[in-house]
Amino acid sequence: MSDTHAQTAAFQASFVREEMVAASPPPARDRGVVKWLRENLFSSWLNVILTVLGLLAIWWIASHVFPWMLRGIWVADSLSECREIRNERYGEGVGAACWAVLTERWNQLMFGFYPQDLYWRPVAGVAFFVAALMPILFSRLPRWTLWFSAAAPFVAFWLIWGGTIWAPVVVAGGFALGALAYVALSNVNQIAATLAAIVVPVLFWLFAAGPLIGALQSAIPLAIEFVPSDDIGGFLLAVIIGFSAIILSLPLGILLALGRRSDLFIISKVSVAFIETIRGVPLIVWLFTASLLLNYFMPPGTNFDLMLRVIIMVTLFASAYIAEVVRGGLAALPKGQYEGADSLGLDYWQSMRLVILPQALKISIPGIVNTFIGLFKDTTLVVFIGLLDPIGLSNAIRATTAWNGIYWELFIFIGLLFFVCCFAMSRYSMYLERKLAREHR
Amino acid sequence: MAMTDTAAPAAEIDRSNMRVSDEVAISIENLNKWYGEFHVLRDIDLKVMRGERIVVCGPSGSGKSTLIRCINALEEHQQGRIEVDGTVLSSDLKNIDKIRSEVGMCFQHFNLFPHLTILENCTLAPIWVRKTPRREAEETAMHFLEKVKIPEQADKYPGQLSGGQQQRVAIARSLCMRPRIMLFDEPTSALDPEMIKEVLDTMIELAQDGMTMICVTHEMGFARQVANRVIFMDQGQIVEQNEPEAFFTDPQNDRTKLFLSQILGH
Ligand SMILES: Nc1ncnc2c1ncn2[C@@H]1O[C@H](COP(=O)(O)OP(=O)(O)OP(=O)(O)O)[C@@H](O)[C@H]1O
Ligand SMILES: [Mg+2]
Repeated sequence: MSDTHAQTAAFQASFVREEMVAASPPPARDRGVVKWLRENLFSSWLNVILTVLGLLAIWWIASHVFPWMLRGIWVADSLSECREIRNERYGEGVGAACWAVLTERWNQLMFGFYPQDLYWRPVAGVAFFVAALMPILFSRLPRWTLWFSAAAPFVAFWLIWGGTIWAPVVVAGGFALGALAYVALSNVNQIAATLAAIVVPVLFWLFAAGPLIGALQSAIPLAIEFVPSDDIGGFLLAVIIGFSAIILSLPLGILLALGRRSDLFIISKVSVAFIETIRGVPLIVWLFTASLLLNYFMPPGTNFDLMLRVIIMVTLFASAYIAEVVRGGLAALPKGQYEGADSLGLDYWQSMRLVILPQALKISIPGIVNTFIGLFKDTTLVVFIGLLDPIGLSNAIRATTAWNGIYWELFIFIGLLFFVCCFAMSRYSMYLERKLAREHR
Repeated sequence: MAMTDTAAPAAEIDRSNMRVSDEVAISIENLNKWYGEFHVLRDIDLKVMRGERIVVCGPSGSGKSTLIRCINALEEHQQGRIEVDGTVLSSDLKNIDKIRSEVGMCFQHFNLFPHLTILENCTLAPIWVRKTPRREAEETAMHFLEKVKIPEQADKYPGQLSGGQQQRVAIARSLCMRPRIMLFDEPTSALDPEMIKEVLDTMIELAQDGMTMICVTHEMGFARQVANRVIFMDQGQIVEQNEPEAFFTDPQNDRTKLFLSQILGH
């Protein structure tokens, strides 16, 4: 608000000034670029000084960084080779980036230790996943494409990890069973239907899924080479953890927000306790918990995939933040909206889904995307529990004799990777806000 | 506060459908409600027959809104018995949703859903609560939008309409559920004077169709024209009730007299 005020004030002030100047002749100065410069950069002595200082600073940085980047050496096998090439080309002591570390270690930075000959699989998996996200992100696409979105997690999972195709199929079948149970019971009793929708799939996964997968696989063997999580690293790892956590934490966060505002004492207290506990402890502690402590609580012999544990932890962590953001949106809605929905006879879930959440989420978009961006960058913390995300790999690369001593190039590159993703998210959120603002007015 | 006496001489009202039957629509017995220590409703007894048009008035804070909001369980009561259309209001959610889908309600601030178009506002509840097919729900919605005289706005969003239009949409939205009873809580008091008439006209038309209505309003002209009973509330009690003519010309209670002299006196 105050921002807008300042802008209006500035605009009005310059407007007044323009009128006064107009009395004295020179018209050329009053138009186009010159006018813009005069109004925005040189309107007072203080502004002149700040402009000059700013230009100097930009010049200083650019004149140091750009030549260093542009002189960059793209092909070399080690840092010392890079230096030799540089000395030869530009002379000793001249700054020149050694981008060769990126070209030489590109595969590792992207895929970690994923088998070389199978790179097409994660590429196809992530590409399919991103494509399947489009129907969710852009409502202009035909609605039947949402079936792709529903299938995407399973397809991507199968392509990246491999193994028998029956595993993702059977897991997806569990969801279908839950939906069936819900539909079957929803005419009898809403609460029973909701319970069944949760209990049926969980029981199915716990007891029936394993044998069923085995049986199907032996009946119709359909499998590709299995790649263990330990081999997955680099940017692929960051993307897997980030995307999974983003997608899972949104519904969980919404449920927690609704839970916190619930009239049911136990549900609201459990939600509050969960949110406050998760938020009150640093993510890094939760990650250590995931990597070290959880194994103590598991029955001996179970080997619960570390990456899966990390995804669960990051999801829980992000969902607590999402819950608070969404709660803000829920609280911002006028009471009349709840009463309007109630007075029409909509039940709780209907009024939430059809009336309250669409509006509350719209208000919460900036906060939600903010949380997502934070979450995506926080995936780099997994380096501390030994997962090889881009940071972890850069450490490993710098520890080799060939690339010992290089850091700027690697960190600039990793920074850029994350920046592109986060900037895209931020742009998307602005697009969405503008679109919704246009639609509802 | 918009306590006005709309002395607008009515176009002749067609009373052929405005019949009070001897079937009970709402029966309230010994209703008591507290907000914490504060006793908002005291021993309310009220029987509303099918086809009745009741106007509730009284000073601000006397519990008028609270009373009609108890009828569709937007507020819960602590004591007493409320029976709507043969269903007794209890804490059972099934009963509450059933009553709410039979009883339409219009609010002072319309409470339209700003993220849905006018048509979607009107079809939402029929589709999800009544499980009406979309096509049919849209036809019904258009029928009622025509009735409140704004079918051409069907594809706009509530934010694009004037207050009076929004209130008429809100009435149409309630009617789409085919309620047997309509509750109005000061439907015109957030409106500019020139829009009040269009909303009142809609309500008059509704009354002519024989709808059972309870209206909290200070539009005494409306009360005179369509009400068959005016109820005066003060400090959580029903102080006086009578036919409009008698109520306005010959109030019995001192508080009623004071109230009437205040709102009619200027
Ligand atoms: N949620 C609440 N908590 C506590 N007190 C309340 C609450 N809602 C209403 N009240 C009080 O109950 C009394 C009756 O309120 P109500 O809204 O029914 O009055 P009203 O007759 O509709 O008044 P108005 O003409 O101003 O709308 C008021 O004194 C009000 O302050
Ligand atoms: Mg009121």
